[in-house]
Amino acid sequence: MGKTLFEKIWDSHLVEEKQNEPSLIYIDRHLVHEVTSPQAFDGLRMNNRKVRRPDLTIATMDHNVPTTDRSLPILDQTSSIQIKTLEKNCKDFGITLFGMDSPNQGIVHVIGPQLGITLPGATIVCGDSHTSTHGAFGALALGIGTSDVEHVLASQTMWLEKPKSFEIRVEGKRKNPHAVTAKDIVLSIIKNIGTGGGTGTVIEYRGDGITDLSMEQRMTICNMSIEAGARAGLIAPDEKTFDYLRDREFTPKNYDTLVDTWRENLKTDDDAKFEKQFTLHIDDIAPQVSWGTNPGMTCDVTESIPSPDEYSNGDANQKKGAEKALQYMDLKSGTSIMDIKINRVFIGSCTNARLEDLVEASKVIQGNKVSSDVQAMVVPGSQMVKKQAEEMGLDKIFIDANFEWREAGCSMCLGMNPDILSPGERCASTSNRNFEGRQGNGGRTHLVSPVMAAAAAINGHFVDVREMDLN
Amino acid sequence: MEPFENVQSIVTPLDMVNVDTDQIVPKQFLKLVQKSGFGKFLFFNWRFDENENPTSDFVLNDSKYQGSKILIAGDNFGCGSSREHAVWALQDYGFSIVIAPSFADIFFSNCFKNGLLPISLDQKIVESLQQETSPIHIDLEKQIIKTSTQEISFEIDSHKKKILLEGLDDIAQTFQLEDKITEFEKNSTVPSVL
Repeated sequence: MGKTLFEKIWDSHLVEEKQNEPSLIYIDRHLVHEVTSPQAFDGLRMNNRKVRRPDLTIATMDHNVPTTDRSLPILDQTSSIQIKTLEKNCKDFGITLFGMDSPNQGIVHVIGPQLGITLPGATIVCGDSHTSTHGAFGALALGIGTSDVEHVLASQTMWLEKPKSFEIRVEGKRKNPHAVTAKDIVLSIIKNIGTGGGTGTVIEYRGDGITDLSMEQRMTICNMSIEAGARAGLIAPDEKTFDYLRDREFTPKNYDTLVDTWRENLKTDDDAKFEKQFTLHIDDIAPQVSWGTNPGMTCDVTESIPSPDEYSNGDANQKKGAEKALQYMDLKSGTSIMDIKINRVFIGSCTNARLEDLVEASKVIQGNKVSSDVQAMVVPGSQMVKKQAEEMGLDKIFIDANFEWREAGCSMCLGMNPDILSPGERCASTSNRNFEGRQGNGGRTHLVSPVMAAAAAINGHFVDVREMDLN
Repeated sequence: MEPFENVQSIVTPLDMVNVDTDQIVPKQFLKLVQKSGFGKFLFFNWRFDENENPTSDFVLNDSKYQGSKILIAGDNFGCGSSREHAVWALQDYGFSIVIAPSFADIFFSNCFKNGLLPISLDQKIVESLQQETSPIHIDLEKQIIKTSTQEISFEIDSHKKKILLEGLDDIAQTFQLEDKITEFEKNSTVPSVL
């Protein structure tokens, strides 16, 4: 029997294989950031251990960096200590760091691919659940906890039980690909399979609905695999993948030789079997808007908020979850999504803050003004994205429309820096999690695509971007 | 890591599904650079109101559950962020066991690195355990939960069980495979980053 792409990568990274137990797998790339690493470095120091492969380890700071003027000191003392701690740890252990003043600084999952650090067929880990993003390049990319960060730093390996393979086929053609985006595809998937639908699996996204997507769109899809509970999500590499990574700052010197091997090997065999399967037809899907407090609580922009009964399909626990969500979100069943008024807009995060996201959003913004009731901000995913966008004049489009144009970082996706919602504020956000308090205590998050967020900024409420001319 | 010891305790029923790690430890407390002291931040936004006074309706604030070592929750516990701070907070607060119908993968894995035992049981059994008002006894070696009226067995893979019972250091074990790691590196075709 043939193998899936995931199984091929798994098999080629086994250091020690064990049946019905975790196996030891080798890690090709380790990305480190300031929040989940300090305790890991402390552990190394306590045990007098060193970093086994500093040459496979790259660090940046993204989670709690301010997105305002970088020349000013960081006011939050605890953030400042965490950032300084990472600087010291990288220095002490010989790790390359893209610090606050580096042109390569940015969200770890944006800079990895952009710098050619992410590679097809590689195993990549980071102490962050959205590491799944790198799966867009046909890598096995896993989010890990701090103990595993320490383990990988010390040994360049990790113990892991082999996940199951889950095939998600995305079939068909979107009628308006500028209005119905990769974000809408992945939210539709999570709405259907649920936030635990992928637990214990590695998802491989397949089908013409996936191969049609650009690399940046594929990253949006793989990024949210964790929101379906999956251990990782990946997409077989193709010519788009190979082109994207060519000529980046850290693209390997023998790149073309590597591409030849990848082209031949990195695909699921025709006779491979997946342990789980789901198909989404995208010909008629609509832009998606989340209404609740997990990413599965999502509906079409043209729909109304479901009742807890409709949402839960007879499951008493899910029903209770939906009731609690509606209470937290201060929303009522039956309210039309397009009648929901918002007062904040966040275009950013490792899900949707790449150049293409900003280009698409700018088309909606151009010549318009942010609604007077709305405060809107753009936080580019990396300093490099910011620079490229500025070279294209996108910053002017956003600033002219009264958007704030910020420095790169995770920002209001999780609000560890000063960018947070105030209690009761309602935000159209291009990020990945609408959990209670995620963007600020008492804040209410609606997950949408960049074009939907941009359109909501102008109108002060959600609108169906399929009605706009986005070409 | 300390070896896991059997637990005798009343249970704390947290009757909610999809409890995410943002709720277990909100992000404002992730800026600390040590592992200790996270217990006071556990379920912070549910436990305390905006003036940081305890809320009246959250289960952890009910005096009858004080000192409980067993948390019982709904489906998909620990979903979302990979933050291991969630495990540190549960342990620092006093929990040594979490029971739920299912757990999110990264949270589940993080538990074993710190000696917190996650037990996954059938939905119906979880619901019946949530009703228990007398202390229950959990024996990891025998894989048995004893209540005043019943004995329930639970599954755990033998490797994870051993790690907990012996309090093993993962990294020290891996270092015993040093030769294999070096051998793997010799044959690897993946180039360095730099």
